[in-house]
Amino acid sequence: MLTRLGPMLAIGLLTAPVAFGLAGTVLPAFGYLPALGGMEFGLAPFATLFAEPAILMSALMSLVTGLVTAAISLTAVMLFTAAWGGTRLFARIQHLISPLLSLPHAASAFALAFLIAPSGMIARLISPELTGWERPPDLLIVHDPLGLSMMAGLIVKEIPFLLLVTLAALPQVKPARMRALIASMGYGRISGFVLGLWPSIYPQIRLPVFAVIAFATSVVDVAAILGPTTPAPLAVRLVNWMNDPDLSMRFLASAGAVLQLGVTAAAILIWIGFEKIGARLRDRVACAGRRLRRDSGLRWGALAAMLVSAGAIFAGLLALGLWSVAGLWQYPDLLPARFDLRNWMRVLPSLVEPLAITLFVAFISTLVAVVIAILCFVREDEMGYPPGRGALALLYMPLLVPQVAFLFGLQLLFILTGVQATMAALVFAHLVFVLPYAYLSLKDPWRAFDRRYDQIAAGLGKGPVERFFQIRLPMLARPLLAVAAIGFSVSVGLYLPTLLIGAGRLTTITTEAVALASGGNRRVIGIYAFMQMVLPAAGFAVATIVPALIFRRYRDMHV
Amino acid sequence: MRALLFSTALLAIGTAPAAADTTQPDPSNWDAVLEDARGETVYFNAWGGSQNINDYIGWAGDELKERFGVTLKHVKLEDTASAVATVVAEKAAGRDGNGTVDLIWINGENFAAMKEQGLILSPGWAEKLPNWTFVDVENKPTIRTDFTVPVEGLESPWGMAKLVFFYDTARIKVEDLPRDTDGLLKWAQENPGRFSYPQPPDFIGSSFLKQVLAEKIDDPSLLLDPVDEERFAEVTKPLFDFLDGLNPVMWRSGRAYPQNYPAMKQLLADSELDIIFAFNPAEASSAIANGELPDTVRSFTFPGGTLANTHFLTIPYNASAKAGALVAANFLMSPEAQARKQDPAIWGDPTVLALDKLNEEDRARFDAIDLGAATLRPDELGPALDEPHPSWMERIETEWKRRYGVGN
Repeated sequence: MLTRLGPMLAIGLLTAPVAFGLAGTVLPAFGYLPALGGMEFGLAPFATLFAEPAILMSALMSLVTGLVTAAISLTAVMLFTAAWGGTRLFARIQHLISPLLSLPHAASAFALAFLIAPSGMIARLISPELTGWERPPDLLIVHDPLGLSMMAGLIVKEIPFLLLVTLAALPQVKPARMRALIASMGYGRISGFVLGLWPSIYPQIRLPVFAVIAFATSVVDVAAILGPTTPAPLAVRLVNWMNDPDLSMRFLASAGAVLQLGVTAAAILIWIGFEKIGARLRDRVACAGRRLRRDSGLRWGALAAMLVSAGAIFAGLLALGLWSVAGLWQYPDLLPARFDLRNWMRVLPSLVEPLAITLFVAFISTLVAVVIAILCFVREDEMGYPPGRGALALLYMPLLVPQVAFLFGLQLLFILTGVQATMAALVFAHLVFVLPYAYLSLKDPWRAFDRRYDQIAAGLGKGPVERFFQIRLPMLARPLLAVAAIGFSVSVGLYLPTLLIGAGRLTTITTEAVALASGGNRRVIGIYAFMQMVLPAAGFAVATIVPALIFRRYRDMHV
Repeated sequence: MRALLFSTALLAIGTAPAAADTTQPDPSNWDAVLEDARGETVYFNAWGGSQNINDYIGWAGDELKERFGVTLKHVKLEDTASAVATVVAEKAAGRDGNGTVDLIWINGENFAAMKEQGLILSPGWAEKLPNWTFVDVENKPTIRTDFTVPVEGLESPWGMAKLVFFYDTARIKVEDLPRDTDGLLKWAQENPGRFSYPQPPDFIGSSFLKQVLAEKIDDPSLLLDPVDEERFAEVTKPLFDFLDGLNPVMWRSGRAYPQNYPAMKQLLADSELDIIFAFNPAEASSAIANGELPDTVRSFTFPGGTLANTHFLTIPYNASAKAGALVAANFLMSPEAQARKQDPAIWGDPTVLALDKLNEEDRARFDAIDLGAATLRPDELGPALDEPHPSWMERIETEWKRRYGVGN
């Protein structure tokens, strides 16, 4: 009975907010919002929108950012997996990169900003000896008009994500055997992988790639930290309009959100075009029969790309940490003149409340998400077949629809029902984003569970409830906790949902950190970004240590 | 199953709306206000871009909790306009009581907008607050006239502001400092890339534009009245000619801007900028005390005068915790809170009080403050220029965005 609720809850949770939210965005975009006196449908908001200066420039910037981010990060992941998959080095790099997955976008953007700014760590490292820069050069690196820093900030974060989903898809194509087979036909490592394995891997990671495009075309926090300001990318301008004292701007913002929806959809459509071109190119190369064996340059290049992207974040995080304990630290000193714990002492009191809210919301939304996901899987087991492709697409809904496009409407709904800025509303909004990750990351471990344990327990007279709580749950403790850690880190990193639904009253470490970004106080940003980094890491530490403790007397449960 | 029930129960928490606060506190009966305020939570919507100010508000919250049982929550804003937006939205949605904003740090255009739309707790309450007796209304005209708009007790004064410039003596000689905006342009041309201003509509950035306008306009009396659309282009031509000359020689050639004045402070520390400015004369001393700037930084102003104004606190008409907000506003105006605020080691924001109205003990608090070597004495601050009518700010911001805010 209860398990039947699982899929219903999941579908309701994923579609209702998106559907209602979209309605709440689209109606005002066409002039309908009775609360503000908009009673008639019309195109006036769009007329205002397109009269905004450089609006197409902003939209184009968002479009290009999405495509470039997805193309570069996917190519890097593909080439790296092709060149190094199955090697010991691959496993090492994988371990190096996976922690970055849990790092909130804002924190990695800060890390990059601290590294590449004209007065950042790289400039300090080589100045003035190599560059002659006695003072920081007047170069527009962070906030550059082409958005290159912003794309870099997104790419370094999307690479770990795409690598992880690729790894999850890899076993199904039996890579070791396929590699051996393709190698026996004389193909180079990379060409063999791209021609032989990639075509069956890519369809499995297509939705995540779309999610990357959707995210990158509509990102707000990374864009605010690294992106251009004259003009800013579309989503950043939308959020500003949303916060304008002139309420009629809400119509404009809603129209802009519809434009954002269009931009994201266009980006995905163009990508599908890329896919077709890519497929044709691949066929051509394949039919030509070229083996492309001399690919060592590309192989090392792929490795370098991975190392640079991960290394940049780690070095940036180090810089963040240093700034958080820095006293006076002038350019071009590589280290602060003094170290000072005073920054921490000053910030700690104001850190407590956002920290408590972050933990509470992350904990509850993760718990609820994991429970719902489990209910779904139990239901699946009862039914005897997995959900179809439609259900899977549904799961990706909150990740494919640009956040601004439905969060505006959702916020309006919450305001009208008087629940905006309540803990329940915030947990709910987080749940929408945590649930897909919880479901997707629990899917494989759950299905991999050896059903014979169930049968033995049933044979010993255990009922379904007992079997579930005494056999299934404990044996799945490790993946369950890992999934919880993923959900936790997703919640910690959520910026826009927290900003819009929390309405500034409920703030988390992430919203506080991004708010502080504009002030440029590196010490305080360092502290907040450090906390952003520590929280997910702590989650994963718990997920590793607790099972080790539970299973210390069960040798067969050791990893 | 239990876990699910538990979580649904949790989801329900906080969804029940609290009863609306319909009583209108009367500040002339202060004891009743104090009584009413006990246990209330005041959501203080204030710009949150500067750590020392946030810390000060945190301190005030602790004191209010301890002394009056009022909880002060700082809602950190990037732009005060968003707090006004919230109140406007609530009014539109018919939420005339039990609003989400209780106290706003405000002045100028935002105050004018709220006053005009009747969004402020009224009748005027500020002059009935007990600590009003100490306020220097005689010598600080901006306390009763906010950007040419009469205050009428609809906001209580919190601090004084004057546009002051900062530079590092290790990099610039005193005799090279500009003495007016024309001098600044010349200096910027000789030192390309070393000056900038926060991107309007940032408050300080827009204020810089007004400073230029106030200096360059032919007839300054025009600024006291609302913008005359007919003559706007002609009247502001000197301003935009000036900016056309300045922007290309600015930091990043004017293709990017610092987001606010604390960001400029960091850029001064990084030696990216050489001349920065703020609305707080003690900003540099405060930053030196906190290890953010080297102790070679000093201040200067223009002999011809710089913009000066007062910043205030106001209470929306639909605030949930009106009594608590009144108590908070009164406390923040108290000699003790004002003296702490003026200390550069804490914040350094000048007081709105008249020292000769204070008793000896309170005066001693102010006398004990070390303003720091980088802070100009009050008599060195130079003449004060009046703020233009708020409509100028909005109009100039729009025009600025059109010309420079969208890249080329």
